[in-house]
Amino acid sequence: MAKITFITSSNEKITVAATEGSVMELAVNNNVQGIDGDCGGVCSCATCHVFVAPEDVDKVGVASEIETDMLELADDANEYSRLCCQIPVTDAIDNVVFTVAK
Amino acid sequence: MFSLITKTLRMAKCKFADAFKEEREKSGIGKMDDQGDPVVMLLNHKDVRKAAHNYKVFSSEAVPGRIVVPSEVNIRTTRQIPFEVDPPMHKEYRSLLEAWFKRPLQDTYEEKLTTIISTVLDDVLSKDKVDVVSDLALVIQSRALTLLLNVPFDKSVKWISWGTHVFRSEGEALDGDKAAILYNYIDEEIDNAIANPADNLYSTLLAAEVNGKKLTKEEVKGVLILTFAGGRDTVINALTNMMSYFSANKKALDYIRSKPEIIKTAVEEFIRYFSPLTHMGRVVTEDTTVCEHAVKADSRISLCWASANRDEKVFENPDEVILERKVNPHVGFGFSHHNCLGATHARQIMRITLKLLAEKVSDITVLEAEENIENLGEFTRKVGYNSLKATFKKR
Repeated sequence: MAKITFITSSNEKITVAATEGSVMELAVNNNVQGIDGDCGGVCSCATCHVFVAPEDVDKVGVASEIETDMLELADDANEYSRLCCQIPVTDAIDNVVFTVAK
Repeated sequence: MFSLITKTLRMAKCKFADAFKEEREKSGIGKMDDQGDPVVMLLNHKDVRKAAHNYKVFSSEAVPGRIVVPSEVNIRTTRQIPFEVDPPMHKEYRSLLEAWFKRPLQDTYEEKLTTIISTVLDDVLSKDKVDVVSDLALVIQSRALTLLLNVPFDKSVKWISWGTHVFRSEGEALDGDKAAILYNYIDEEIDNAIANPADNLYSTLLAAEVNGKKLTKEEVKGVLILTFAGGRDTVINALTNMMSYFSANKKALDYIRSKPEIIKTAVEEFIRYFSPLTHMGRVVTEDTTVCEHAVKADSRISLCWASANRDEKVFENPDEVILERKVNPHVGFGFSHHNCLGATHARQIMRITLKLLAEKVSDITVLEAEENIENLGEFTRKVGYNSLKATFKKR
């Protein structure tokens, strides 16, 4: 079981828990504002952009080449950007904080 | 032996080849003429995405109709909105429309769409033989559009009667008389909405403001032309082509029925593989290069979604339909600022149709196919079917 916190652009903090699926699915299922996941999680739409808290980067891991290419063209992307459809929910990311991109 | 031959023919009829492979690997670009206004087609996934993102050099805000291939400059003066507007103004229009075009995610919308599609499939299953284009895809597309506009269901009768040809060009030049049928219809409907406001897209747009100013009738018309035309052939092709896939892949319906959780990835894969819109143009604003090829200011390029979606540098086994493809950065709905406004609606149509097909239908067999082939300069590409006669068997 992993406990995950989302911070939305209106500064709302939402903490939810899950054991499986992707971080995007978790966000969509809990109506986290700003995470749309239009393409269902295949890394095609970039509507699940989040910033990983700097102290959590090691836990979450790095983006694949395809995801990096996608993020390269997202306007507000930085070194902490990830598309959260590509982050599986596992015990490894327990207590991680994601800030939703605008 | 006979059954093997018929099976081979059936497979061939249902195949969608990659028309751009050779040129994509060799030069990365293609060239075509279009009514005297030539187009340099970008074929690589990376180049297509970069150019789509770079609106300053590759603009959508040219003379109305010029970014469409074949060009519509001779048949249309109304600017399609937000499609033919660059940022930052593009974002103003887009933000205004976003909520309305996300309505397909609402439960009530989904329920109504399910009823529409279910009724059409039941009707198809009651017949010995159907034309998938006119009896299934055109009907679902037209009836579903009543939900997107939030207008009475009866309106779809007229849209169905237009057939596919009001929107579809035959040959290179477009037919102005056919286009006028749609434009005049939209003018009338806007006037009706002014006289009798209702909770529909026409009235919502007429009441809307951008930068403190009400939208003009011309702007409202621009959004509606886009909504009608952008989602017509594309949705019809996506639905029809999906049916042809099940004729060539007899076990796929059972497989999806046993694993309905793959419906979302399957739909994205169909969109990638079929790429219902082959390409979209941009007008170059300064002398530059694309894929090491010089292009001049005021010339045209196109972003070839269909080629990018088969790019072997991005997709493993690009010519295979892999229903469970997990990482699928396709550009079937375009890319960046101008990605498809109707994608939420289109995805819902495809997902619900696939779900109901797997539940209701045990077999689809194509009997006759008349392919819809696009001529794009040095390339010819099958984008769908003009007609697809098939039998549907009840589960």
